[in-house]
Amino acid sequence: MPEKLLCASSDISETTAKICELEGVEIGVIRHKGTVVAYRNVCPHQGGPVCEGLKMPKVCVEFDEERRPLKQSFDTDEMHFVCPWHGWEFKIETGEALGDPKIRLNRYKVIERDENIYVEV
Amino acid sequence: MSLTPNALNYSSDNDPAIKEFNTTKLLKNARKQAEERNYKDFFICDVDSHHYETEALPEILQYMDDPVMRHLGLSAGNVGRASLIPQAIGSQDMAGRVTRYAGRNKEKVPESPHRDITLTRRWMDAMGVDVACLFPTPMLLLATHPQPEVEVNMARAYNRWLCERILEEDKRICSMVYLPMNEPHEAEKMIDEFAERKGVVGFLSTGYLKRPVHDNANMRIFAKLEEHGKPLGFHAAYHWADSSLAQLNKFISVHALGFSFCNMIHMTNWVLNGMPERFPKLKTLWIESGLAWVPFLMQRLDNEYMMRTSDAPLLKKKPSDYMREMFYSSQPMELVDNREALEVTFKMMNAESQLLYSSDYPHWDMDLPSTIYDLPFLKEQAKRDILGGNALKLFNIEPTMSDWKLEARKKG
Ligand code: FES
Repeated sequence: MPEKLLCASSDISETTAKICELEGVEIGVIRHKGTVVAYRNVCPHQGGPVCEGLKMPKVCVEFDEERRPLKQSFDTDEMHFVCPWHGWEFKIETGEALGDPKIRLNRYKVIERDENIYVEV
Repeated sequence: MSLTPNALNYSSDNDPAIKEFNTTKLLKNARKQAEERNYKDFFICDVDSHHYETEALPEILQYMDDPVMRHLGLSAGNVGRASLIPQAIGSQDMAGRVTRYAGRNKEKVPESPHRDITLTRRWMDAMGVDVACLFPTPMLLLATHPQPEVEVNMARAYNRWLCERILEEDKRICSMVYLPMNEPHEAEKMIDEFAERKGVVGFLSTGYLKRPVHDNANMRIFAKLEEHGKPLGFHAAYHWADSSLAQLNKFISVHALGFSFCNMIHMTNWVLNGMPERFPKLKTLWIESGLAWVPFLMQRLDNEYMMRTSDAPLLKKKPSDYMREMFYSSQPMELVDNREALEVTFKMMNAESQLLYSSDYPHWDMDLPSTIYDLPFLKEQAKRDILGGNALKLFNIEPTMSDWKLEARKKG
């Protein structure tokens, strides 16, 4: 599959996805847990710019021994892209939708080489 | 798994999603959809969209007759405002996840036209909507205000402001204006004052009312609407304090049930008390309850009606037959994994002639026109009717097209 140059390595960060355009298609690219991930910036719900929303951790509930909720917390090990249109959440690591893992973001294979980021298209 | 205390603010004002907020940018993918699907070729009307009238409250209060109440509203910042419009509990923006709530305040607009017109046009042009029916937001709960005179005064001031500052100024924006149903004689006056104003395409009953819709005190309201040939909209709302919802502990629960439940109550009263027989020329539009409640209620009411016709002697046909003659707004359409159910729903409600597209923008559960346009079981003409043609007939309006569509048509 042909590789296309997306951006320079120095353009991307761990905090916010960088939105690059490749042949009319927007791709969100972000450094995450030591690798680089890239997704098409179109939400499988109604087409929102999914990589441009907030980045938020999974919400968890802690129980006591009788399974009564004690408190809620954020699990920062699992960060999500939150689509800004309606709030669907997707695991940044895999692109899976939280509500239904069969629904996924469109993922690109990323190659980081010579200080540049390439994707296979 | 490592659990950390909530030390971070994940939706700070400095996040680029909020800091650089612009409606056109947020909705750029909607505009792409509009171009790819050739919306330029046909008219789209959104029958349920919103603005945040509280942002313009000082302006609106200038239109209020009662000087003491006006002073109350203007005097004490948010405290004063809260005493005029009930504040809803619940995180519509999902704790900042839906960025347009926080971003909206920061959006830059030119000095004229009115800020609400600019913001409304921006999302309309992005989605390919030509005409939008605009409704307030916090005022959807105004009917729950404990002082009926506040509801009446706020409603009249808002309607006057809306007509003069928004509807007069932009022919692509219309509204069904607020009726204070808790004070029927005031509602009647409101119909006389506003029925013939520019851009007024009907009247709105909203939320949890203090009296049932079939109450005798309301009969003159319905007769007057019939006389003027204006439809009546029932815009659903949730009200957490309602005793039937009070056990629900999450916003998702009260929102999912409350919006449908509200219209199910009104519809059940409306049909079983024979209102369609008593006011056969009055058209009704049922707004923002989704669609799944319609077949549910049709089946429940028909089943019981066949056994208990004596309970509803005014009816000349089954409840579902009346419901099939009414009009419905489409949002929030239940779209998750249920194509077959949706298709049956469309058939049961005669959607091709009775359903009207609505976005509910800018609210968090908004629907784009593509939610209708991409349905595989609809023919092109049915899509166009639902997206605009049915609204033209119900509202009796001209198909005013947006500038960008006219330009695009010229280019071919
Ligand atoms: S379009 Fe992404 S959540 Fe709806």
